[in-house]
Amino acid sequence: MILCFVEGDELSAQAVGFARKLGEVRAVTFAGAYQPAAWAQALAAQDAEAIVAPGSDRGNELLAHVGALLDQPFAANVIALDGDTVTRVRWGGSLLEEARLHGAPKLLSVAPHTQPAAEVGEVETLDAPGAGSPKVLERVEESSGGVSLRDAKVVVSGGRGVGSAEGFAIIEELAGLLGGAVGCSRVVTSAGWRPHADQVGQTGTKISADLYVACGISGATQHIAGAKGAKKILAINTDPEAPIFASADYAVIGDLHEVVPAISAELKRVRG
Amino acid sequence: MRTLVCVKRVPMTGGKMVLTADGQALETKHLGFTISPHEECAVEEAVRIGGEVVVLTLGPAEAEEQLRDCMAIGADRGILLRTDEEWDAQSTAAAIVEAIRAEEPFDLILFGNESADAAGFQVGIRVAHALGLPVVTGLKKIEVGEGRVRCERDVGGARDVYEAPLPAVLTVLEGLNLPRYPSVPGRLRAKSKPLAVVESARPAQRLEKVRLVVPEGQGKQAEILEDAAQVVAVLQSLGVA
Repeated sequence: MILCFVEGDELSAQAVGFARKLGEVRAVTFAGAYQPAAWAQALAAQDAEAIVAPGSDRGNELLAHVGALLDQPFAANVIALDGDTVTRVRWGGSLLEEARLHGAPKLLSVAPHTQPAAEVGEVETLDAPGAGSPKVLERVEESSGGVSLRDAKVVVSGGRGVGSAEGFAIIEELAGLLGGAVGCSRVVTSAGWRPHADQVGQTGTKISADLYVACGISGATQHIAGAKGAKKILAINTDPEAPIFASADYAVIGDLHEVVPAISAELKRVRG
Repeated sequence: MRTLVCVKRVPMTGGKMVLTADGQALETKHLGFTISPHEECAVEEAVRIGGEVVVLTLGPAEAEEQLRDCMAIGADRGILLRTDEEWDAQSTAAAIVEAIRAEEPFDLILFGNESADAAGFQVGIRVAHALGLPVVTGLKKIEVGEGRVRCERDVGGARDVYEAPLPAVLTVLEGLNLPRYPSVPGRLRAKSKPLAVVESARPAQRLEKVRLVVPEGQGKQAEILEDAAQVVAVLQSLGVA
C-alpha cells in the first residue's frame, strides 16, 4: 500500500497521480491545527511500502519528520521513481539528480507541477494524538494590498537594470495598466529597493502568471526558478546575450527606461 | 544566549548550469561561492539576537571562506566539519548532531529551510529529533523571549504563529531580515576569530547520488519585437491588454 498525504489542493492531486503509479493508494489527511511532529508520528505508524506527499511546505516538512522518526532517507521533490532510483530536482528545478534511495518505506515528496493531477477519491482522516510538538497557536490574516504576486495574471518585474528604488515607478505604471503585480529579482531586494515579498525566484515567490515581463533582469538560474511557471515571458534588456532571452518567448533589445514608458504610452493610446 | 547557525557553501550560479565531465557536480572553475540565501538571513538574525554566535558547516577546506564571511558580519567563531565529498541529508544531520554534542548546549540552533543546491528540506528537522528538541520551519519572523521563542510562517495570504520553548531548532527563509554586507573592519576581525576543524569521514549514503543532469528543453528562440506597438499587439493577442 502506498500512503499519500493530501491537503485538498492541486499539488495533492498531483501527488496522488504520482503515488498511483507505485501501487494501490490510501489517501490520508488530518483535522485540526497543524502539528507537524504529531502528524508525522501518525503517518510513520502506518504500515506502507511508500509514503508520498506533495512537494509543498507541509509535505516536505512532514516527510522530513517521518524520515527522522523512522531513521529512513527521504527524497524531496521527486519527478520519477524507477525501482530504487529516484530523479529529483535541485536548484529550484535548474538541475536534476538521479540517486538510489536505500530505504523502506520509501519517503517521497512530489515536485510541484511535474505530474498530471489525478482524481483523489476517498480521503481518510487520521488521528494525531501526539502532544507537545510546536503547533499553530493562531493564524493572522494579512490585509491584501492589491494583486498577489503568486496569483497575478500578469507580473511586471524589474532587475538590476532598473537602477534604483525610484526607478520602479515605470514598472509600477505598466503593472497597473495591465492589472498585474510588481515583481523584482534578488539583486533588487538585497539592495533594499523593494521588499522581499516582491521577489520572484528560487528563494522568493514562484509565479504562475499568463505573462511575465522581465525588465532589466539578466536571468540567473535563481530567478528563472521562480519565473518559469509563467505561460509566456517577455524580456526587455539592453544585452542581447543576456541569459534571460533563452527563457523568453518575446524579446525587446533595448533600454527599459525607454521601452517600458513607451509600452505604457502605447497602451493608453490604443485604449483612447 | 548561545546560538549555532548551520550553513552550506554553494556556488554562485549564473545564467547557465554546466556540469563536470563525470556528471557528479557543477563545473565551478569560473564561479564564486557563497552560502545559501536562507542561511544568510539565519546568520544575520543570530547576530541581531546577540550573545555568542557559532557558525558551523560541513564541507571542503575552502568552506573556511564562508565561515570567515559569517564571522565578518558578527559570528564569534566557526566549526568546519571537513570533507571533500558531498553528503546526503541524513549523514549530514548525524555529523552536525555529533558536533553539537561536543559543545556546551545551545539555546537556539538555526538552519536555512533548504539548501540552494541539494534542497533536501530535512537536515534541521533531523537534528532536532536526534537532540530531542522542538523544531519550527520556514520562518520569516522570530522573537526570542524569556525561555521561549515566538515565530511566524507565511501560509499564502496569512501567517501561522508558533511558540516553542528554548532550546529549539528553527529553520528560516530569505525575507526574515535584510542581511548586512560585511564591513572592512569586520573582515579584518574575522581573520583572527577561532576556527575549529574536524576531519569527517562520510558514512554509507542512503540517498546515494548517481549523477546530475541538466534538464532538456531550456533554450527558447525568443521572437524579437521592434517597438511598443508590436509589444502591445502581443499583449492583446495574449488577452492581457
